[in-house]
Parts: sequence; C-alpha cells; structure tokens
Amino acid sequence: MADVATAQMNRTDQSWFADQVAKLLPDLYGGAIRLCRDRTDGEDLVAETVAKAWEALPGLRTRDAFRGWIFRILTNTYISQYRSSRAQGDVDSLDADGEAFSLFEHVHQPILLWWGNPEQDFLNGLLREDLVQAIDQLPDTLRTVVVLVDVQALSYREAAVAMGVPIGTVRSRLARARSQLQKTLWDDAHDAGIRTRQSPSQREEKPDDRD
Amino acid sequence: MTGTEINSCTEALRLLAAHLDGELGGHAHSEMERHLRTCRSCFSRAEFEARLKASIAGLAQEPVPPELSQRVHTLLREFTVAGGD
Repeated sequence: MADVATAQMNRTDQSWFADQVAKLLPDLYGGAIRLCRDRTDGEDLVAETVAKAWEALPGLRTRDAFRGWIFRILTNTYISQYRSSRAQGDVDSLDADGEAFSLFEHVHQPILLWWGNPEQDFLNGLLREDLVQAIDQLPDTLRTVVVLVDVQALSYREAAVAMGVPIGTVRSRLARARSQLQKTLWDDAHDAGIRTRQSPSQREEKPDDRD
Repeated sequence: MTGTEINSCTEALRLLAAHLDGELGGHAHSEMERHLRTCRSCFSRAEFEARLKASIAGLAQEPVPPELSQRVHTLLREFTVAGGD
C-alpha cells in the first residue's frame, strides 16, 4: 500500500508530508500517550499513524486540513487497535443525567476576600501531573474527546469526524468529560488538603476538612 | 445560533463552554461578549474556565524520544525509497 501511495506522490508532496509530520510529532506523541496512557504504546501508535497517513495522503483534499486529518487517523488507529473492546460500552454506563460538577462553584467565594483569590490560588496550585492523572482517570470514550478538543484543540466538527460520531455527541461527551475531570481535580485537591485558602473561622465551621 | 439573545446568566453559562471552545457563531459570540462585559459573576466564571482550559491545552505536546524520531525518519525514508524516487 505504501508503494501505491508513493507512486502517486511527487517529491514535493513527499517532502511536504515529512515536514508536516516532523512539525506535528510532539503533538502526535502528546495525544498518543494521553490516549494510550502509556509511552511505549504511544510511540507505536504514532508510528502506525504516520504509516497510515502516508498511504492515505493522496486522498487528502486540502493541505490546511492536515492536522485534523492526521489526528483522525491517530484516533481511528487507537480505537481499532488499542482501545479495549469493552471501552465503547463505558460511556453507556456513565450517569448521563447526573448533575454537572463545576469546580468554579466549589472554589469560588461569592464575596471578595481581602486575603486572596481562591480561584486563582486553586489554578496556581494545579500541577501538570494533577491534570495528567485526572485525564487518565476518565473513561476511555470521554478521555478521547478531551484529548481531541481540550488537549489538541480540534474543533467539534474535526473531533466528530475523528470519533465517527455526530457533533451533538461530541458536545454531550465533552460536557460529561469536563464535569468528571473537574470533580477529580476537586477530590484530589481535597485529599491533598489544598482545597482553597480559607479563613480560620471557615475552617472551624467545617470539621470534615480537618482530616 | 443566529438570533440568540443572552438575557440571563443561566443562558450565558449554558453557552459558555462552546464560547470558550470558539464554537459560537457571529451573533451568539457577540451576545456572549456583551454579557461577559457586563456581568462580573459570569466574567469570573469564564476567566476560571479559560485558565483551566489553557492549562489542559498545555499538555498538547510531549518531548519526542530520540528513538521515536529515528523510527519515524526511517519509516519515511523506506516509503520514499520503495517508490523508487
């Protein structure tokens, strides 16, 4: 198949493809290890994606669409080869009607505090590892939409094509994924005892915060 | 979304995610901007969500291990050579 694709490409096409892949390699690898949650699998996924993209390149309609196009190949390859067979069912078991969790509403203080800004403090305290762990904990289908839209900044339409679902499904999965992600960040912060900066009187009123 | 009027915080918060994702159309986008300019509460929420979103987007890239770079480079060279070019 690679031979067929190569025969249809001239040297300019080949050079352009190699340049694009080189430029996007950190993004592809970043997306791959977030999807696979494993660096070795991520490397394999990127290599397979590049090989498939080469074969499919003659079918790429516009070069401007390259990024969304190659992420679609990466996502399809991940879904078909790396995602567990029961993962697709994970999304169905989620509480679709559950109330959305808002991190802001838990952190926010409705009155201005002279001793600080709890929202900013919370965000300033977030580490890269906190975010990675929270994303890793998402069910597979929800993790995929977060990786495509929030991490890799694909449009809803590009994500929908990549996942083979309607745009409405992207919206609903994204809402659920963000809700779960924010709840995990909140729970982890709570477990670590770094919730928000609170006045001593507020702490005294919440004995469950002392553990 | 044409014709969308944002007259309440409930409506603004319903559209906030799409707004921050750059998915709102012209009129809805303008309405959202107008609301955020005049509502401190929604503005604070939008600022928070935008910063969190930016933090997550900071995970987009990972340093590529030399072995992977070499593997991809070899792959591309093999394809090119296979085509006889």
